[in-house]
Amino acid sequence: MENFDVIVIGGGPAGLSAAISAAQVGMKTVVIERGDYPGTKNVMGGILYTKATDMVVPEFWKEAPLERPIIEQRIAMLNGDESIMAAYRDPAWASEPYNAHSILRVKFDRWLALQAEKAGVMIITETLVENLLYKGDNVVGVRTGRAEGDLGAKVVILAEGVNNFLAVKAGLAKPLKAESVAITVKEIIALPKETIEDRFCLDEGQGATIELYGDSTAGMMGVGFIYTNKDSISIGVGAILAPLIHNNWTPNDLLEYLKSKPYVKRLLHGGETKEYLSHLIPEGGYTQVPKLHRQGLLVVGDTAMLMNSLNREGSNLAMISGKIAGEVAAESIKADDVSDQAMMVYETRLRDSFVLKDLHHYRHMGKFFENNPHLLRAYPKIFSNAVKLYLTADGTPKKERQKEIMKMVLQNRSIGGLTKDIYGAWRALL
Amino acid sequence: MHFVVCLKQVPDTSEVRIDPITNTLMREGVPSIINPYDMHGLEEAIHLKEKLGGKVTIVCMGPPQAKEALKKAMSFGADRAVLLSDRAFGGSDSLATAYILSSAIQKIHETEPIDLVFTGKEAIDGDTAQTGPGIAQRLGFPQLTYTIKVRELTDTTVTVERKTESGRQVVQAQLPALLTVEKELNDLSYATLPNMMKAAVYEPEMWNFNSLPFDVRKMGLKGSPTSVSRIFAPPGRIGGEIMDGMKDPVATAASVVQKIFQQNIIMYKPQAKGGNQ
Repeated sequence: MENFDVIVIGGGPAGLSAAISAAQVGMKTVVIERGDYPGTKNVMGGILYTKATDMVVPEFWKEAPLERPIIEQRIAMLNGDESIMAAYRDPAWASEPYNAHSILRVKFDRWLALQAEKAGVMIITETLVENLLYKGDNVVGVRTGRAEGDLGAKVVILAEGVNNFLAVKAGLAKPLKAESVAITVKEIIALPKETIEDRFCLDEGQGATIELYGDSTAGMMGVGFIYTNKDSISIGVGAILAPLIHNNWTPNDLLEYLKSKPYVKRLLHGGETKEYLSHLIPEGGYTQVPKLHRQGLLVVGDTAMLMNSLNREGSNLAMISGKIAGEVAAESIKADDVSDQAMMVYETRLRDSFVLKDLHHYRHMGKFFENNPHLLRAYPKIFSNAVKLYLTADGTPKKERQKEIMKMVLQNRSIGGLTKDIYGAWRALL
Repeated sequence: MHFVVCLKQVPDTSEVRIDPITNTLMREGVPSIINPYDMHGLEEAIHLKEKLGGKVTIVCMGPPQAKEALKKAMSFGADRAVLLSDRAFGGSDSLATAYILSSAIQKIHETEPIDLVFTGKEAIDGDTAQTGPGIAQRLGFPQLTYTIKVRELTDTTVTVERKTESGRQVVQAQLPALLTVEKELNDLSYATLPNMMKAAVYEPEMWNFNSLPFDVRKMGLKGSPTSVSRIFAPPGRIGGEIMDGMKDPVATAASVVQKIFQQNIIMYKPQAKGGNQ
């Protein structure tokens, strides 16, 4: 049996970041990935944040396969065929130091794996880790599905993704629940560069994002998104699994529903669907974060439920958690102490970083929306009606119109209800 | 025993489409794989090595990216891989390719005498089935084509079953010999983890035009008498008719039945023997 300092299970952003940071300080490191190559099994909406990635691979934007730097973020609230929109745009985001880029994971992850190999990481693909190996309570290696498939390690970093089979087996996490996991479906729709730039009011090479709330998911807890790539558009929708099951919708129903909205249809018009992807997203939030460590083991990325859906941040949390885990693994190995106590440094550093601080900040959010399903149905309608009344010029004096709007609001939601909702949202989000 | 396996990296033809207008292959984004027939040759060589001892050397001609295919092939337990890569080789047809590969194999043979050479019966991108026999001819090795079973391998002979149009043939040849193989030859096995790790850090040997006393007139486009005059896709099937079954199921069903008989999909009162088709 061959022995390594660090074995990383899973070749996504979290796992590869962990491997890079461990290998950079001389750890003999291997990544075991089940796909043909890192990227083939990996899916996200498609936004990569610059700061976190820069911390793992400095100045990555000079070489990495990126699609477009994001200079505009739109938020839309849909109600039937109506929509209300807000946008922030700053062309400065098209140049260094950037804020975010759209990416296609199958290309980006493969590139990141190449950076890991350059740092000295061995990458073993098409291989599934079936079990962890223990000596007493200590994790001392992994068992893969291949013949002669055991490998030894001083520290194992678990980056298996949202499907947390090994974390459950290791007694760190609970099996996923339909309430705390979202399913996302996404299509990549090819369109000429110029068409994309015209439709989204972009200069050459610039990118935009749109998040669509409200009726984008037919009132179920979720969000739709549209991201511009170089010569395609990523359009997708994610929704918590439980309401989807309850309403008997398939994920594809959700996507088709979003694509049938007039505004969305116009943006995609004439495009050809190139890829169809689907993936689970861990939406459990702070309260569902599993135990992050034990003797000889660290848990990172999606497996650790590190996902901030409100700000659609995930890959950056994954990469930072991976980087910290790789560093802590290396420090512990050098100090010849991989006890649970030593591994706990990882959790401490994660708590000191934005990763767990952000999750902690939004810790009430999941329950708030779960307990108040009316919010996603009532408010898009109220807002939409209010704006429509306000903007309709039909000879009604404005004073009367304002009264009319207030009346409409109160018809849809009582004063008590409004107060409760605002207070609840305040508590959950601020 | 020294086994040499010839591999070719090919586009996964199950994912290649032909541009209906230009009639060229749309290769963009199509993954490359090892020619499936060659994989069975490799499997057999590894299996024989494990049984009888010896060494497996892989020889491949292709662009530098073919290194990936060689690294993958190494993970099944081969010992050495040589990639013949040079601009001068580009555009070679099966005649020129056989010349280049046989020259390389000859050089390997001179330092480490070869007992058996394996090639796939054909590559799935060209389907010519000429390169294997071409190599054997140039090396002066007997060729046993369309092999579906290696019955016996002794120090001096190999006995195989061949697939022919009329059945099976059992033939024997003196070593060294060349086999071109069918998929029935064996079942592919999974690479072991230690072999995968060896392959992950293995760098294939790169040979170019200057590695051997090649004759430039026998390679590339100039050395290739074959010219492809035209490529075309078989005409696509006409799309079927979709009827809405929700609005009026009864009428739709009646219309379906009517069409079935009108278009002779099922014949009403078919005539006995020799009836119209």
